[in-house]
Amino acid sequence: MKIGVYICECGINISSTVDVSKVAKKIGKLSGVAVSRNYKYMCSDPGQEMIKKDITALGLDRVVVASCSPRMHEPTFRNTVEEAGLNPYCFEMANIREHCSWIHHDREKATQKAYELVSGSVARAMGLEPLDRKEVGVTPAAMVVGGGIAGIQAALSIADEGFKVYLVEKEPTIGGRMAQLDKTFPTLDCSACILTPKMVDVSRHPNIELLAYSEVTEISGYIGNFTVKVNKKPRYVDEEKCIGCGVCAEHCRLKGTVPNEFDMNKGKRGAIYAPFPQSVPLKYTIDPEKCLMLTRGKCGKEPRCVENCPRDAIDFKQKESIVELNVGTIVVATGFDLFDLSVKPEYGYGKYDNVITGLEFERIVSASGPTGGKVRLNGKYPKNVVFIQCVGSRDRKGPGNEYCSRVCCMYTAKQAHLVREKLPDSHITVYYTDVRAFGKGFEEFYNRIKKEGVTYRRRELDDAIEVFQKDEKTYVKAKGYKDAEADLVVLAVGLVPKSGSKELAHVLNIQNSGDGFYLEAHPKLRPVDTMTDGLFLAGCCQSPKDIPDTVSQANAAASRASIPLARGKVEINPATSVVDEDLCVGCRTCEKICSYSALEYDEERGIMKANEVLCKGCGSCTAACPSGAISLRHYRDTGVMYQLEALLREGGTE
Amino acid sequence: MSSFEPRIVAFLCNWCSYAGADLAGTSRIKYPPNVRTIRVMCSGRINPMFIVNALQEGADGVLISGCHPGDCHYSKGNYYARRRYQVMKNILEYIGIHPDRVRMSWVSAGEGQKFADVINEVIEGIKALGPAEEIRRR
Ligand SMILES: Cc1cc2nc3c(=O)[nH]c(=O)nc-3n(C[C@H](O)[C@H](O)[C@H](O)COP(=O)(O)OP(=O)(O)OC[C@H]3O[C@@H](n4cnc5c(N)ncnc54)[C@H](O)[C@@H]3O)c2cc1C
Ligand code: FES
Repeated sequence: MKIGVYICECGINISSTVDVSKVAKKIGKLSGVAVSRNYKYMCSDPGQEMIKKDITALGLDRVVVASCSPRMHEPTFRNTVEEAGLNPYCFEMANIREHCSWIHHDREKATQKAYELVSGSVARAMGLEPLDRKEVGVTPAAMVVGGGIAGIQAALSIADEGFKVYLVEKEPTIGGRMAQLDKTFPTLDCSACILTPKMVDVSRHPNIELLAYSEVTEISGYIGNFTVKVNKKPRYVDEEKCIGCGVCAEHCRLKGTVPNEFDMNKGKRGAIYAPFPQSVPLKYTIDPEKCLMLTRGKCGKEPRCVENCPRDAIDFKQKESIVELNVGTIVVATGFDLFDLSVKPEYGYGKYDNVITGLEFERIVSASGPTGGKVRLNGKYPKNVVFIQCVGSRDRKGPGNEYCSRVCCMYTAKQAHLVREKLPDSHITVYYTDVRAFGKGFEEFYNRIKKEGVTYRRRELDDAIEVFQKDEKTYVKAKGYKDAEADLVVLAVGLVPKSGSKELAHVLNIQNSGDGFYLEAHPKLRPVDTMTDGLFLAGCCQSPKDIPDTVSQANAAASRASIPLARGKVEINPATSVVDEDLCVGCRTCEKICSYSALEYDEERGIMKANEVLCKGCGSCTAACPSGAISLRHYRDTGVMYQLEALLREGGTE
Repeated sequence: MSSFEPRIVAFLCNWCSYAGADLAGTSRIKYPPNVRTIRVMCSGRINPMFIVNALQEGADGVLISGCHPGDCHYSKGNYYARRRYQVMKNILEYIGIHPDRVRMSWVSAGEGQKFADVINEVIEGIKALGPAEEIRRR
């Protein structure tokens, strides 16, 4: 065996704590090591060239690089050795940066540890076997989960590239939160004016199939070849027949009695409804929890919707249906909810009806909202309007969130402006801690709002703030200020992951970061990828963000998701399980353990067979097999044992 | 005894705990150099023989770490690992090895500080137990 070992200095990232030349010298004495060198940057062009030259000149058959985490550069160096004609799986990496130089001070001990880590990798390299890279075909279609602005943009971009897109939205319409907003900071464009044309584009795009009022329930397969089960909930309205004329809603016996979620329950709808006039698809939906027919089996002599629908579209017998989709890649764009205020009683939300959330304010101020855009409460125009920022955010002590929600400073400024515009004589006060005006045009926008006569009052985050009523008047109490009288209090409530997003993470096999938002594969270099190949993230499901950032991220995710579709094939992991036919006794223990049905029982021969395409290479079966008949290629028991021995060969307690 | 520096082998799953250890590194969180890591794709891959072997070859303690329950990249591997770990503890006790020499933890890719905390705890625990001479091969 001829092993080449390359110790990276990583500038001074490794060499400042680890004596790299000492490690290289010592490793050079190990049996099987043909050459051992250290170099400033192994991943640079000259570094990679050095490896390639050695492979050719010295006939190396194994290569070990000791540098950063293999999660970073393993693919890089696999390509390097392959270019010089060595099998990419005859390569092994030792992590002496994240797992050594960056976490230790003591140079001598860190050098010894680095040596042991590298010698472990050298031992493991001896046990490696060449594996063939394998490619499989790709289904040239994508699925986008969530039809807010993130999902809409991602779907349009992928579809424009020429691929089929299934857009799955759980509500009766796409549009998400942006559809609920009135104007948008910092430019004050009308939200509906810029969003609804995009919604229409979705409905008209020949490559997009919209599955609204639907949810993903199951997913199997792998990048390039996912099979997804989608549950289409019954609307009790035949989508083929409904033309969205709205005559049914006009005649519904419950018209004007059911709180409309789209208006944050500030407006009323009937039991048959479309969330808002520009809904896409513009198909009416019957609320199964409210409709008299569906809850009691009777609605007058005959339901008025049935009586009046010109298209005979009402169908109370409709059932949910399961649609199966085959897609190559998936974009997740499930957005956000607002922080739950029930754990913060001090704001008086839910107790006083003149304390509302920022999102409720958006509906009230919107021309298409329940008050027709009039900022009016119980028939009166408020004189004193108070905004409170950071509600549920930047809370170091809990029960709020520690993170900043990124959009509240600016939407508060925007809403203060809208109040000033509609009620020129009102007094507007904003309680804030820091104004984070970091985006393009944000600081300018904030300065402008202050000039419009909005009083900004700074307070410390940890100081108590309280909304209370006395003699039928409402006040805001904050340390250092006289109690402020308020006819209307608007809370800048922070953002949290969409309800159900943890369950969806389990279905999709993606991860959450500590704050509950979906975790990206790398915070800087792979910000829209997930750890699961073929799944990508866009919008507020990944972290709170404004519309410009959401749209940029959606386009990024769309472009990432299109790459495998355009290539038409993807590489699959060849490090899969293999059954030793002589040892297998056909006990079928492994069959029950495998999550991917990759182990099949061969009735005729009474033994198991491993399917290389289905196997994902976790290796659970190898540890479970009572007869030791299954091994995982590239991670065979012997390799791990060699590595263990070498790691522990030196030092010890004696 | 105070100068005893235990040697610990940590088997880390690639998707969560190894990534958590990477994050501890990128965040420059310092912890003592007693641990040698071995990367496996999933905690479910860890064969109980690896643990016995590690102790025989000179380790004083072994850490097994994987994704939090429900978060395994391969959905159930960490449940199998947990079950084997429980059985493993009984066997160790039976053959005369203190079961606390082997520990299991859940560390996610976002928990760099937790990884360092776990390592510190393991080192302290093994220091209290002393060297694992009872099973040493050499
Ligand atoms: C009060 C307020 C005011 C704001 N004002 C502004 C502003 O002026 N300017 C600005 O730039 N930004 C503003 N924002 C931020 C803006 O709302 C977000 O940037 C934007 O809505 C994010 O879009 P999204 O698609 O990621 O999420 P969302 O808009 O939340 O859309 C997510 C979509 O996914 C769907 N969904 C969720 N779960 C599932 C599931 N399991 N299956 C299928 N579908 C699912 C949802 O029903 C929804 O349609 C404001 C936010 C708030 C709260
Ligand atoms: S991948 Fe982490 S425990 Fe299975």
